[in-house]
Amino acid sequence: MLGRTANDLFWLSRYLERAENMARLIEVGYRIALLPREGEGYNEEWRSTLQSAGCEEGYLERHETLNTSDVINYLLFSADNSSSIRSCIATARRNARAQRTAITREMWTSLNSAWLDMEAINPRDITSDRLPGLLDWIKERSAAYRGALLNTILRNDTYYFSQLGTFVERADNTARILDVKYYVLLPSYEMIGSSVDNLQWASILRSVSAHRSYRWVYKDSYKPWNIADYLILNAEMPRSLKSCYLELDEAVRGLQRTYGQTEDCVPAVKETVAMLDEGEIDTIFQSGLHEFLIDFIARNNRVGQQISDAYHFNG
Amino acid sequence: MSQAFDEMNGFGGGVREPYRAVAEWLGAQRIEDLKQKRTEAEALFRRTGITFAVYGDGQAAERLIPFDILPRIISASEWRRLAAGIEQRVKALNAFMHDIYHRQEILRAGRIPAELVVQNSAFVPEMIGVDPPLRIYSHIIGIDIVRTGPNDFYVLEDNTRTPSGVSYMLENRETMMHMFPDLFAKNRVAPIENYPDNLLLTLESVAAKNLDRDPTIALLTPGIYNSAYFEHSFLADQMGIELVEGHDLVVLDGALFMKTTQGLRQVDVLYRRIDDDFLDPLVFEPNSLLGVPGLFDVYRAGKVTIVNAPGAGIADDKAIYSYIPEIVKFYTGAPPILNNVPTRNCRDPNDLAYVLDNLKDLVVKEVHGSGGYGMLVGPAASAAEIEAFRAKLKANPANYIAQPTLALSTCPTLVDSGVAPRHLDLRPFVLVGDRIRLVPGGLTRVALRDGSLVVNSSQGGGTKDTWILQD
Repeated sequence: MLGRTANDLFWLSRYLERAENMARLIEVGYRIALLPREGEGYNEEWRSTLQSAGCEEGYLERHETLNTSDVINYLLFSADNSSSIRSCIATARRNARAQRTAITREMWTSLNSAWLDMEAINPRDITSDRLPGLLDWIKERSAAYRGALLNTILRNDTYYFSQLGTFVERADNTARILDVKYYVLLPSYEMIGSSVDNLQWASILRSVSAHRSYRWVYKDSYKPWNIADYLILNAEMPRSLKSCYLELDEAVRGLQRTYGQTEDCVPAVKETVAMLDEGEIDTIFQSGLHEFLIDFIARNNRVGQQISDAYHFNG
Repeated sequence: MSQAFDEMNGFGGGVREPYRAVAEWLGAQRIEDLKQKRTEAEALFRRTGITFAVYGDGQAAERLIPFDILPRIISASEWRRLAAGIEQRVKALNAFMHDIYHRQEILRAGRIPAELVVQNSAFVPEMIGVDPPLRIYSHIIGIDIVRTGPNDFYVLEDNTRTPSGVSYMLENRETMMHMFPDLFAKNRVAPIENYPDNLLLTLESVAAKNLDRDPTIALLTPGIYNSAYFEHSFLADQMGIELVEGHDLVVLDGALFMKTTQGLRQVDVLYRRIDDDFLDPLVFEPNSLLGVPGLFDVYRAGKVTIVNAPGAGIADDKAIYSYIPEIVKFYTGAPPILNNVPTRNCRDPNDLAYVLDNLKDLVVKEVHGSGGYGMLVGPAASAAEIEAFRAKLKANPANYIAQPTLALSTCPTLVDSGVAPRHLDLRPFVLVGDRIRLVPGGLTRVALRDGSLVVNSSQGGGTKDTWILQD
């Protein structure tokens, strides 16, 4: 396989995963924006959405205020924003088109259809009553593509590079969501005990589609340490850092088998898996949740870079 | 211009035999249903991404080639004659190229003016003395054939460089079989689906002889913004070979390599879909970013086979075209089975005078033009267009050839007003390797505008599925 092909497959997956995560973030942000405004925190809710999406700087360069329609438009449609859902789908589709030979017909048609439909949407038509439907549709399209991938692709390097992209991106997203909101999980948080924290905790879980499953797993009301444990260390939760790293471990070992070579990314991923295996949520809180997340995001970036270097993504 | 021969109805007087079943079926269809089917077909093409880019079209880059759902049908006996003519022609064209890049016997024999070849911009002097495997220069040829009567076929053009359109031939068939399975049950249509296998066999057969491993083959594309990109990815996918861009390749230690996830891997056969000029910036166009520096030296040393060979364009140069009957006779010893369209070279003063006097009846083409650009169709042109063209022609006569306006055959086609005859041509794709391989079929291009004779997709032409019937 060409290095360029591996690179395109990796980023194709990353961009689709990003689009899906973005849909969830907008959903949660919008939900909060609809609520009656009580505390100071609400005005800043869109700011934390933009931060979680890594889009705050770009947005503020183009807009003076944080208002709902501007933020939604920036995150959904803006061509100036390379992480807007429309941009993500267009980039993913461009990569897919460049790699038609590597992906299956089902994967291509699924993504191309999504792109055609997305391009046909006029942002002005997306009134507030249509927004939830559109966000659901985006998650569905992403799921359809993942389904086509899992059902039709050969379990060789094509599959492994696609998986790597998905889970490097997902780990990054989950870590960012937590990091932007880490303060609401800390015991010193001043609004503690108010209705705000419950809402904030719920919104963290909603951002990763985990507010329902949480109850089943912890059999308890929302507790900050449980939420952090769930998103960081729980191997059953499919968007937790642990889950992502178990998938990454599978994928790098898959490449190791396929190519008969052990690259640097294999021990690096293994080390992170071990770190998460041994991790205790109490210890993480004691030594600093924010520091832990910052370190994790850096590790995750390093893994991405090691993969890119090992497999000659850039020739 | 006289009445055109219709593929289904001849010159009138009843449905021709190959179309019997289809005509019966067509008679029972409602136009609205057919239009609905056409819409479905277009949606299918769009979803599948069977699109092309039109040059100079800027942003609205991806367009569909209109697809007509009424098939074009050729009988088994008609095809046998075409196939024989095509084989004869491609043998002669390859022999011609080997000759002019070596001993130039045909020039010495005075059958073609030497300056027409050696001063031709399509003649690549760097190819002199180069020995491509099996002496083949043009491995993949698309021969444009038009018809004017029951037994009158003419070759309009031999596309010996990088002919495109074969993916449409294959996808049109897929679409038709998907949408009209019953029609295939009622007609014995020869299958074409082994074209990609044949192409791969052809490419493998021209790898250097002394390889101690299976040859590695790659398809070189200019990238996703090229008008034929869909075809490049389609063919690479069907053959299971890598689709590479120039920057995926590198020349090292006298060999060509592609950059893979596991490091460099040697490439033995390069099916290139970029023009000669862009192949190697060290030898040809120095500013090209599409090609690979040093590629030509590797080729000349026999360490990689380039398909089609650089310099293969000399055989489809429009100034050489009128000598093709001579070329066929010279190298095969037999008269051509397929006729050329009588052609006047405007570089000849007598021909030029004739052409200037008869512009309103002639088709005039640029010698190096393609895609239907820069041509004059006299009978369809306004007086002002003719005068404007006359000025261009006088300014640079050697740049033009002229042909009579042929009454291209028509075929029933679904248009806004219903089913109506439209002019068409045929491009079969022939493969030349260890042997000649020709799948029974081709790309039928149809001029969708009433009365138009220009079938090029860049000029609003469409395509049809092409059926060769079996006995």
